[in-house]
Amino acid sequence: MEQKGTLTVKRGLAQMLKGGVIMDVVTPEQAVIAQEAGAVAVMALERIPADIRAAGGVARMSNLELIRSIMDAVTIPVMAKVRIGHIGEAQVLQALGVDFIDESEVLTPADDKFHLAKNDYTTPFVCGARDLGEALRRIAEGAAMIRSKGEAGSGNIVEAVRHMRAIGDGIRELTVAPKEELVARARDLGAPLDLVTYVAENGKLPVVLFCAGGVSTPADASLMMQLGAEGIFVGSGIFKSNDPKAFSQAIVAATTHYDDPKAVVEASLSLGRDATAMEGIDLRRIPESELLASRGA
Amino acid sequence: MAPKPQVGVLALQGDVEEHLAALERAGARGVAVKNRAALDACEALVIPGGESTTVIRLLDRFALAEPLRERVRAGMPLWGTCMGMIVVARAVAGLDQPTLGLLDVTVRRNAFGRQNDSAEVELAIPALGEPAFPAIFIRAPWIESAGATVELLASYGEHGVMVRQGNVLGTSFHPELTADPRVHRYFLGMLAP
Repeated sequence: MEQKGTLTVKRGLAQMLKGGVIMDVVTPEQAVIAQEAGAVAVMALERIPADIRAAGGVARMSNLELIRSIMDAVTIPVMAKVRIGHIGEAQVLQALGVDFIDESEVLTPADDKFHLAKNDYTTPFVCGARDLGEALRRIAEGAAMIRSKGEAGSGNIVEAVRHMRAIGDGIRELTVAPKEELVARARDLGAPLDLVTYVAENGKLPVVLFCAGGVSTPADASLMMQLGAEGIFVGSGIFKSNDPKAFSQAIVAATTHYDDPKAVVEASLSLGRDATAMEGIDLRRIPESELLASRGA
Repeated sequence: MAPKPQVGVLALQGDVEEHLAALERAGARGVAVKNRAALDACEALVIPGGESTTVIRLLDRFALAEPLRERVRAGMPLWGTCMGMIVVARAVAGLDQPTLGLLDVTVRRNAFGRQNDSAEVELAIPALGEPAFPAIFIRAPWIESAGATVELLASYGEHGVMVRQGNVLGTSFHPELTADPRVHRYFLGMLAP
């Protein structure tokens, strides 16, 4: 009679988040600011990616008391991150009752070979991807939502653009591929044939696709939506700016009206003269071993 | 053949595309509504699933709340699904959350629980006849209390999950996520002939 945790309700929650902005927060107070600015969900974290990057060391699932206090503070969905492949952390977050789990390369991977078997859980998962093959592998494992990886905590949009374009290009190539090529395409993508066939026939992923990693300004959000993102994750971009409230409202407005440059102008002007987006990092200055996007493939 | 009715889907945030596609399947022309001009051009409006705190703020910020209220008071059919039903309600139980006040009900948000309690349910809706409707509840609200002129169309457990008051329809669940067009057709039936 009543079925919980089905693919439909897991993917369905991601569908309800479309056109919206999901914000990283590290305190209940920040979560309330995000909700009041119009965030569709918050990602509860101990540290935002920019600070994780600065701190180095091993980054793990956040403190549960902190996550619970954020769940109590807002009515919008609350997400939290687990290390790639960390079954223990994932079971704990599901039992705690978070609404979405991000199996995230921003934390230090627990398993250097395998991701979680996400179909085993009632709670939906979102995973990062750099190209179509990676996105489809995560969906095959049970991800109910995909986000570009970008380079988290960098304030630099270039990796997110690269990933979103790669996913979009991969999808477009499949839509024009002759049917007899699909098995070979699936082999080359390292993805199951049924998902490859779905993409070829429908011209999109079977789950919602968001952008993450490097969004810092209203215009960044507009750019990513125009590249095919169905919504935006903003990590460090809000609470590393000089005015989180104004930045969060402006990025929400620019995400809704991404295709209307005048509206993006208005959103940007609302930041005022003293607006300073988070400081960005030239990715060529980050040693390869410290790049987050290459974790988990 | 009569021209297809033009039905708007409020497109500030939420599962807009799914509603547009479902409206097309039900025989209407679906149009995304992000501004006043698009609102003025449609004959009926759907407020989709999404986050109510987000959309209520954007309705105010983009000056759409008042024009929308005026259209609905003048008779335009309006349907809110899940988030949409919260946005059009009179009040939200236990929360000081602004709403449009177009449907005389008090809703309770996330009434069934958090995401782990989201569910697919075979729901009896007498107005639609047999078979039961495949209702998809996602962090869904229910009707906590309703005014005397609100018609209860379906309940799940103890609580109303589909109601109608004149030209305003509300559902806790998401017909746009199913292939069953009956609720969309029912809504199109609310357009004046």
